[in-house]
Amino acid sequence: MKIKLNLGAISEPLQSEKFKTGDWGTHYPVVDKEKCTGCKTCEQYCPDLCIEVKKFNEEKYAVVNYDYCKGCGICSSVCPAEAIKMELKDAFKFEG
Amino acid sequence: MRKVVRGFYSVAHSVKLCRPNVICAYPITPQTEIVENLAAMYANGELGDCEYITAESEFGAASMLVGASAAGARVFTATCSQGLILMSEVLFNAAGMRLPIVLVNTNRALSAPLSIWNDHQDSIAIRDAGIMQLYVENNQEAHDAIPQAYKVAENRKVLLPFMVCMDGYKLTHAYEPIDLLDQETVDSFLPPYEPAAYMTTKKPLAFGCYAPPHIYMEFRVAMQQAMERAKNVMLDVFKEWAEVSGRDWGGHIAVDFPDSKILVVAMGSVVGLLRKVVEELRNEGLSVGLVKIRTFRPFPVEELREALKDAEKVIVLDRSVSFGYEGPVSIELKSAIYGHSSAEIYSYAVGLGGRDMPKDFLEKLIRDVAEGRERPGFAFKGHQEFEEVIP
Amino acid sequence: MGSKEVVKILIEVRFHGRGGQGAVTAADILAVAGFKEGYYTLSFPMFGAEKRGTPVVSYLRISDEPIVARDEIYNPDYVVVLDPTVMETVNVIAGLKKGGMLISNYPKSSDDLKTKLKADELGIKVATINATKVAMEVLGRPITNTTMVGAFGGATRLVSLETLLDVVNEWFKGELAEKNAKLIEEAYRYMMEVCR
Ligand code: SF4
Ligand code: SF4
Repeated sequence: MKIKLNLGAISEPLQSEKFKTGDWGTHYPVVDKEKCTGCKTCEQYCPDLCIEVKKFNEEKYAVVNYDYCKGCGICSSVCPAEAIKMELKDAFKFEG
Repeated sequence: MRKVVRGFYSVAHSVKLCRPNVICAYPITPQTEIVENLAAMYANGELGDCEYITAESEFGAASMLVGASAAGARVFTATCSQGLILMSEVLFNAAGMRLPIVLVNTNRALSAPLSIWNDHQDSIAIRDAGIMQLYVENNQEAHDAIPQAYKVAENRKVLLPFMVCMDGYKLTHAYEPIDLLDQETVDSFLPPYEPAAYMTTKKPLAFGCYAPPHIYMEFRVAMQQAMERAKNVMLDVFKEWAEVSGRDWGGHIAVDFPDSKILVVAMGSVVGLLRKVVEELRNEGLSVGLVKIRTFRPFPVEELREALKDAEKVIVLDRSVSFGYEGPVSIELKSAIYGHSSAEIYSYAVGLGGRDMPKDFLEKLIRDVAEGRERPGFAFKGHQEFEEVIP
Repeated sequence: MGSKEVVKILIEVRFHGRGGQGAVTAADILAVAGFKEGYYTLSFPMFGAEKRGTPVVSYLRISDEPIVARDEIYNPDYVVVLDPTVMETVNVIAGLKKGGMLISNYPKSSDDLKTKLKADELGIKVATINATKVAMEVLGRPITNTTMVGAFGGATRLVSLETLLDVVNEWFKGELAEKNAKLIEEAYRYMMEVCR
């Protein structure tokens, strides 16, 4: 069977949205809303653009999109307020 | 209208008549006056629906053209030598993205040592990019080549960049009479550009996307198939051009005196004088003919097999060297005629960095081969004896 | 072949000057003028470096058939020198054909230059004009190309004065056209006298 090949490897944009990478890591970041100052350092360093400072009425703090967060921990290590903790995913926790 | 113009102008005038939408370039000798002429036309409002963008480098110029071409514009740039090499990263991309960019390379030697003079090392160095290459003999052929380049490149069966290669200085700086095309003629030959795929702000697209091993190879096979299809498309376009303009420059190759025992093969501006030399030697009774290679990519394999099948001796004049081997035109010619011709091949690298090739030099070269004073194989001709010393 | 010999004309001219004096333009103007007179023409430059002041050579071929030769000119019929100081470092008459002519910008008499170059022994003709002086008077700048174009025209009669004036009026605009036309006319008439 012949496959379809787009001329010049041209494609629609945002195709990578289909590829969820949220299940890649062993750990996941948890933001402490109280400590977070909203400085956006994590936003700039995240290699997958999946942590973003958002506004909620009076408050603003970093929110992780876990569909794409691969658990690399960069955000946690760059956060000047030490507001991000890396937690081990349940799947990797041993009973007893 | 026949007018005495400079080589630069013969190109610029022709580009204008092709109604480009975006011109983007960075100056480099001996190309600059082509885009200077176009910039002047732009400033005078003669270019219609066209943007002229000055770039900060050849890399930038080529990149902007990739963007413009992907957005559906008919584009043009000109460069040479170091400029072409700086563009090359982008040009390989442009070919892979199947963008019908047309550019003129005013062939100039590569550094080091620094040389602003003519040879073919620059364009030959990017022969594997997937860009069609046409070498012209004089400024009329350069003038005529531009509309043909667009027509071939934009053909849906092809969709690859097209580079017109004209010798720097020898052509670019020469004032000579040119039959300048008019808008009507070019309009009747070259239809308005209808891009195959293009992006807009409403319909964004990504060009030349990531292709892992399971799919990369197919794109490259597709490029080769496009090049192969270009061969026939070119022949049709060349023929149509001959009808429209009354000037027939031949096919992928142009042969004078095909049944000769000795055939001289060359590309570019030396061909004119070479033809005269060949004619004179024939008047003396020598069986010698001339093969002018016009399209170096796609390479005219079948045409050369046919042209050289009965030749006894073939002299190939290369204006560049693949260091560690020999002249690239010769390398490719040998591989093309392998098993199809028993001719002895005399492969000469000549005229590097603007080294002049006077008439008596060319004459002697042919005579020496004809009269058995040379052995087949590779040699440089026209250089001085030297000994390398450490300063 | 038939018995009728077709005489082919091919005239080759080499120009010597310095960057900025217009040696290239001189050849180009004559290429346009020659074409207007019904010839095929081809002119092209050969710079050492693209710098003001460096010796520059340019070439002109005039023929009654299309010109295919783009090699440099080694045996010119005419040599035109725009700057006499170039002669100190460059052998401007190298390869000049026997019976050929050197047309030079030169502040002293043509006899002086003839003796210096041993022109009679070499069998070459020499015609001079003090082009720098004329150019300074008219243009106020030592740009000698149009004067030497006029001198070439007057010495060789290959192109008419009218044609040269036509070309110069297309090439330059306004006052510059007028001044250059004046230079061409003066030099043309002067050389016609000298080379009678
Ligand atoms: S770097 Fe830390 S403090 Fe700054 S926005 Fe991110 S989580 Fe909040
Ligand atoms: S863990 Fe890594 S991928 Fe996830 S939000 Fe932090 S920086 Fe981004």
